[in-house]
Amino acid sequence: MTTGGVISALEDDAFAGDAFPAAVADRVEHGARFVGLFATPSTEGTRLVAVLARDRTIDQEELLLPAGWTRYPGLAQRVPAAEWYERAILDLHGLEPTGRPRPDPLVFPLRPGAGRPRPMAGAPAGPTDPDPLSLPPRLEGEGVFTIPYGPVRSGVFEAVEYLVETPGEDIPHLRTRVFYKHRGIEKRFEGVSIDDGVLLAERYEGVASVAHAMAFCGAVERVAGVEIPPTAEAVRVVHAELERIANHLDSTVRHVEGAGQAVAFARFSLHKERVLRLRGQLSGSRFGRGVIVPGGISGPPGLGGAELLTAVDRLEKAVRADCRLLLATPSFVDRLRGTGVVSPELAARYTLVGPVGRASGQHEDVRVSRPYAAYGHLGQPLAEPRSDGDALTRLHVRFDEMWGSFHLLRQAADDLDRTEAAQTGRGAGSAWQKDIGPVSGEALGWAEAPQGEVVYLVELQEGSLVHARVRSASFHNLAAFALAFPHDILTDFVFIEASFGLSIAGVSG
Amino acid sequence: MPWITRGLSEGIVTTRYPRRSDGYGPDFHGMLLVDPGRGVDRATEQAIGECPTGALSIVDDRVEVDRGRCILCGRCAALQPEVFRFDPSFDHSTIGRSALHVRGGPEDEETLAWIRSGLARRTKALRRSIHIRHVDAGSDGSEEWEIAALTNPVYDVGRLGIFFTASPRHADILLVTGVGTVGMTTPLRTTYEAMPHPKVVIAAGADAASGGMVGPGYASRGGIGDIVPVDVYVPGSPPSPFGLLHGILLAIGLVGATRGQTTTGDHPGGLAGPLPPQLSPHEPASRPEPGNRMEAGET
Ligand code: SF4
Repeated sequence: MTTGGVISALEDDAFAGDAFPAAVADRVEHGARFVGLFATPSTEGTRLVAVLARDRTIDQEELLLPAGWTRYPGLAQRVPAAEWYERAILDLHGLEPTGRPRPDPLVFPLRPGAGRPRPMAGAPAGPTDPDPLSLPPRLEGEGVFTIPYGPVRSGVFEAVEYLVETPGEDIPHLRTRVFYKHRGIEKRFEGVSIDDGVLLAERYEGVASVAHAMAFCGAVERVAGVEIPPTAEAVRVVHAELERIANHLDSTVRHVEGAGQAVAFARFSLHKERVLRLRGQLSGSRFGRGVIVPGGISGPPGLGGAELLTAVDRLEKAVRADCRLLLATPSFVDRLRGTGVVSPELAARYTLVGPVGRASGQHEDVRVSRPYAAYGHLGQPLAEPRSDGDALTRLHVRFDEMWGSFHLLRQAADDLDRTEAAQTGRGAGSAWQKDIGPVSGEALGWAEAPQGEVVYLVELQEGSLVHARVRSASFHNLAAFALAFPHDILTDFVFIEASFGLSIAGVSG
Repeated sequence: MPWITRGLSEGIVTTRYPRRSDGYGPDFHGMLLVDPGRGVDRATEQAIGECPTGALSIVDDRVEVDRGRCILCGRCAALQPEVFRFDPSFDHSTIGRSALHVRGGPEDEETLAWIRSGLARRTKALRRSIHIRHVDAGSDGSEEWEIAALTNPVYDVGRLGIFFTASPRHADILLVTGVGTVGMTTPLRTTYEAMPHPKVVIAAGADAASGGMVGPGYASRGGIGDIVPVDVYVPGSPPSPFGLLHGILLAIGLVGATRGQTTTGDHPGGLAGPLPPQLSPHEPASRPEPGNRMEAGET
């Protein structure tokens, strides 16, 4: 991993000349993918870290803002995918991007000038009340309607509010409000042990606990320079792929529920339940929590490779048959075809990741481009490249990914059988987990969650966390969600939402 | 119609809980058990100190676990397996927060059977369907999956006359997940206030009960108890579908108990006064060994 340049805002010329956004934009123009923008307090001020990926590498461009500075040259005009990051950084750090209108609040609406959660030392004494007045006002006027939907929605959903604005004759416009369930979880990482850090990572986006734990641990292991034991690598893959299958089945369940396909609903929700039970048998947790620990995994899986293989085969057979039937059900397929189109241009502009990106020509999968755990030596099937970008294509991508997951699971189960007989014991220093020690340093970690690439920037000081910055795929992709509604918002809504398959916990943090 | 034959292809997959106990999950970490017979040695003290949520403490020389805080991470069991271990059972919801504090003691089959039969009686006696309004007040997202699972063919809560409703005005039970974020404070209160009496509030999961791993901070409270009055607590991180079902059944007992009663000011909309003994969820008189497992409800 190479590290890009650090630009100090003290060099007045650099600031005036927008060297930071220029450097980032330049690299993006030359083929780098904008991954995310983080702000981290340091002793000298605040560091802005733009993370960029290219081919098989990931690195960063930095800007150091001296203490007391509250403005920085914004990126979003030149790198549109940075827009939501700038909004979140303004909410949480009070840092305002220049060269553009002040961005709207996103994750935590506060009055301009109100104290910000970061970089305040220690935890603030109590809850800070958000200020709804700082939100952009709803559209008002003759012939203008705003239909609010949420944050308490009909059915069992996470808290989020959608505002459907119909300005007269124009095409309705969708606005997404995600601040309702902002928990301030990044702040909780400060000062905790790395073992507690994993538990927080597992809860950042609870339906992708395994991927978040892996990205977090990947960063910690990179700081420590530790390679985890091969068996632990195989077990990590098993859990990550079961998590992927569970999420894709969940997305499918939401599709068929929206289409009123009662039997398909029963079938796919039954498959999903079986996957959660299988994960429970393997780890004691239906979400694979407690498995991934810094340096490896916490202990031997609850099933041997042969048993796992039997369960996986049975599951795949049943899921495949139902997916085939679903795709041959015209009344269902017709609802998705041409619905919620994300064009390849839009996907590239917002550097969309995961199944949403892959359905629109953004093919990168970090399991392949920057392999971690056992992915480097397992055979990964090449998925058919797709770019039609509608809800149906996204569903196809999810199905393709499930077949890929089953393929990986079978290989990983093989790996397990080969080594498990000799493995006993648990905890650091056992055959499952390397010792990490009281290490210091900073590193990036990543994993391909079911929603797409998750990235952690973790800084450690003698084995405890100085900070962790989290970028979920849900956060990154939701920026393009509202843009996938060119037509009829109300009738297509359920399918577009299901086909994006995002977790609001992962968006609002 | 191919989907019809597909629907029949698996036979019956639905659990018979609560009529019969369900054999699901010998490996599943339903809850943490504490061995009562052992004194507090160094390893136990260390395990208590290492608990990430402060769920463990020593009370009267015995280890006490607060299930409203425990996130079932397994750290204590790894450090001191002779005192702490996991058990696959799931029916640990309680009436009132303090009953989640459990000291070491047997969780025998008899106790569980006793709870189950009581619940089955109660649902039957109510003779009407129950409507649940779910509100996410800052969950990690997994709780919603487990609640949604209640409608899958395995749990199929419709068979028990339990339905999810879009309108708070038709809801008997408010099922709340998450730490209680400041952003959800008003929407949660508004939903609660829109519900007719009697209404029962369930805090689903350690996050809702205590804030769990996330805890209180600039954007969250330590659970939803400061926002709405909570009647039933379901432990777990996230709670399992069976755990949720158990909590809902406890709540139904409360709905049945308070139907037709007026409510008092200091606990608006929740329970008014003590439950009639015949409907109390923890009938102490017939308990095999009262005191070591759950205390009587606070209310
Ligand atoms: S299992 Fe529960 S009690 Fe034990 S250490 Fe983890 S959170 Fe604490």
